[in-house]
Amino acid sequence: MSTAITAVQPQVMPAKHYLNDNYGIRSWLLTKDHKRIAVLYLISITFFFFIGGLFAAMIRLELLTPAGDLFQSDTYNKLFTMHGINMIFFFLIPSVPAVLGNFVLPIMVGAKDLAFPKINLMSWYLYIGGALFSLATMVSGGVDTGWTFYTPLSSGFVRTHVILMAVGILIVGFSSIFTGLNFIVTVHRMRCPGMTWGRLPLFVWSNYAASLIMVLGTPVLAITLILLALERGFHIGIFDPALGGDPVLFQHMFWFYSHPAVYIMILPGMGVISEIITCFSRKRVFGYFFVAFSSIAIAVFGFVVWAHHMFVAGVSVYSAMVFSLLSFAVAIPSAVKVFNWTATMYKGEVSFETPMLYAIGFIGLFTIGGLTGLFLAALGTDVHIHDTYFVIAHFHYVMVGGMVMAYIGGLHFWWPKMTGRTYPEGWAKLAALITFIGFNLTFFPQFILGYLGMPRRYHSYPEEFQVLNVLSSAGASVLAVGFILPLIYLLWSMRYGEVAGPNPWKATGLEWETSSPPPTHNFEMTPVVTTEPYAYGDEEGTVVP
Amino acid sequence: MSHSQTTTTEHHPALAHQFDSLEQQKDASMLGMWAFLLTEIMMFGGLFAAYLIYRLRYYEAFVAGSTSIAVTLGAVNTLVLIGSSLTMALAVSAAQRGAQKVLRGFIVATMLLGLVFLGIKAVEYHEKYVEHHIPGGVFGKFGPTDIEKDLQEKDHKTPEAAAQIARQTEIFFCFYFAMTGLHAFHMLIGFGLMTWLLWLSRGNRFGPDYYTPVELGGLYWHFVDIVWIFLFPLLYLISRTQGAH
Repeated sequence: MSTAITAVQPQVMPAKHYLNDNYGIRSWLLTKDHKRIAVLYLISITFFFFIGGLFAAMIRLELLTPAGDLFQSDTYNKLFTMHGINMIFFFLIPSVPAVLGNFVLPIMVGAKDLAFPKINLMSWYLYIGGALFSLATMVSGGVDTGWTFYTPLSSGFVRTHVILMAVGILIVGFSSIFTGLNFIVTVHRMRCPGMTWGRLPLFVWSNYAASLIMVLGTPVLAITLILLALERGFHIGIFDPALGGDPVLFQHMFWFYSHPAVYIMILPGMGVISEIITCFSRKRVFGYFFVAFSSIAIAVFGFVVWAHHMFVAGVSVYSAMVFSLLSFAVAIPSAVKVFNWTATMYKGEVSFETPMLYAIGFIGLFTIGGLTGLFLAALGTDVHIHDTYFVIAHFHYVMVGGMVMAYIGGLHFWWPKMTGRTYPEGWAKLAALITFIGFNLTFFPQFILGYLGMPRRYHSYPEEFQVLNVLSSAGASVLAVGFILPLIYLLWSMRYGEVAGPNPWKATGLEWETSSPPPTHNFEMTPVVTTEPYAYGDEEGTVVP
Repeated sequence: MSHSQTTTTEHHPALAHQFDSLEQQKDASMLGMWAFLLTEIMMFGGLFAAYLIYRLRYYEAFVAGSTSIAVTLGAVNTLVLIGSSLTMALAVSAAQRGAQKVLRGFIVATMLLGLVFLGIKAVEYHEKYVEHHIPGGVFGKFGPTDIEKDLQEKDHKTPEAAAQIARQTEIFFCFYFAMTGLHAFHMLIGFGLMTWLLWLSRGNRFGPDYYTPVELGGLYWHFVDIVWIFLFPLLYLISRTQGAH
């Protein structure tokens, strides 16, 4: 099939796999194979990633100069709103679970498919349904409330298509509920013989924790958006102070979902990092149970910190103190993960393939993002830096420096498994480096800008902030190169990449024991697990504490 | 089909390819349904929480609103819905025995009781329409409502206080319609499920080996019932006792 021959062992593509099992548009659009659904998701969220990126590019272009000279302020409001909505609801939330999780989670637990393949396909169609609403909103002029839809601005004052967008988010929310539900049932009921809870890969644990949040949190967002749409459509007065409603109640209900939602975004990314770090350190993960249960702890704590978004919105000082303390508590399981990853690398045989570069980048950038979160969780400093670029920088350090890094790293890690071919390592390392540099150049200046007092969501700013803003905009263009490069060479590698073979990384885990790409039912026969997870180094008889 | 006593479940026509056995399939389906019902609890929970918060804030208005709605119709509806849960449970039991005709009979009975519930609900909604208790822009635009008159005459409120409290009952009726509306919407989905079960039972496929869809439909229907068991006291009862005229 291909002439690519490696020097040592020529790998051959398996004769029959999920990609060539059958052909035609129907075989994709009506597929119940979790691997094909993952590919469908991959294509759709990549599209929305670049749409969201386009809005970000326009934001950075406007902020190149202090005067608001490129877009009118109303247009600028729409730009950052559509950037936020598209990136959060249509890229970040489905990214790792719906693409990488969908593809490898059933294989990792030794199952033939997810528990409910039809519901899995329906989840993709719901995503597409929500996405169509989002596209319709964009084409018809966008929304300018910010992705947070605060009332009464969103319910009574703006003249943009809030209801259309709210319905889109409601629908895409059900897609994430169905993904989460499928993962929970699959992990509980579909594990192969020998795959005990203590042997589950950490990627499965973290996706399981994220699924709990999806299942418990998303319905609250759904009811909040329904009430918002009713309020806007019929002026019923639940959130409108003029009619006796309470706008802060909207914030409570919105953040009850939307704060845990950031853990929906970051937890699966942390799972990716656990897989990559162990593989490229050739070592067992340090403190398996601590890393596993820290995921659950983050999911649990994540539900009781939402009011830290509202410290200056008039919540009582006593509840603010409790929420501040609980927000600090989230730092503990997060730090457990960072320390355990670092300890895993310690005295490991570390090698620096592309996924590892992204993983190491993740650890550093997530640490900065996490620690700056504590500034915002502290009642005193929050008064100074809330609603400034400090918040933007913190959020992007966690979400781009953390989650997007983990997603792209994971995509490289499992790319040979998904396509059967390896990507060009040199280009990929270059892209990882460019992404890291571009990212820091974009967002580090924003910490300083925010600390100096530049508020978020304005299209003009005082002249003394220009140098840092120009740095940030320059960084954004470097970052764009770092994101476009993988798009090109990954597509290229699908045809011209070297044949990878079943286990190009010599990694542990069931997904590496089946062929690349895997057969439609994942395994020739049901696997039986007899070893502990991450049994790296066992072949040399190394004893790892 | 249902007489098979052997354990060769591998070739059971209802066994999906991703499962090894019918037991695994049933366990997975049940867990999935429970997880889904958990999401439903969170969804209704958001509404319940908001309702209770506003009940604290506009206590007198909630008492007045709650006193004005038809508790008898609500009580009858409660009995009707509990009755439909009984027929649903009997339907599940019939499916377990493989008694297809009985199963179909009980499902139809469940749907009929559900229709009675929605009919009574429609009567209640119509009552609100006649009394001008529909929230959304026109509330209080038709002169003093019965609530306002009652507050003046029976509770001896000043005209200003009575008007203000009557105005605030709009939020109570917002929640009344949002909560009972969402509940009614779930009943409509339930009708869809029942129709699907009737369609599935054509081939006499349910029996001791395989009755999971009926059991799942039953779980859903009982959940909708239980939501009403919470809605009824919240909307009709707990505030009514406070409104001593």
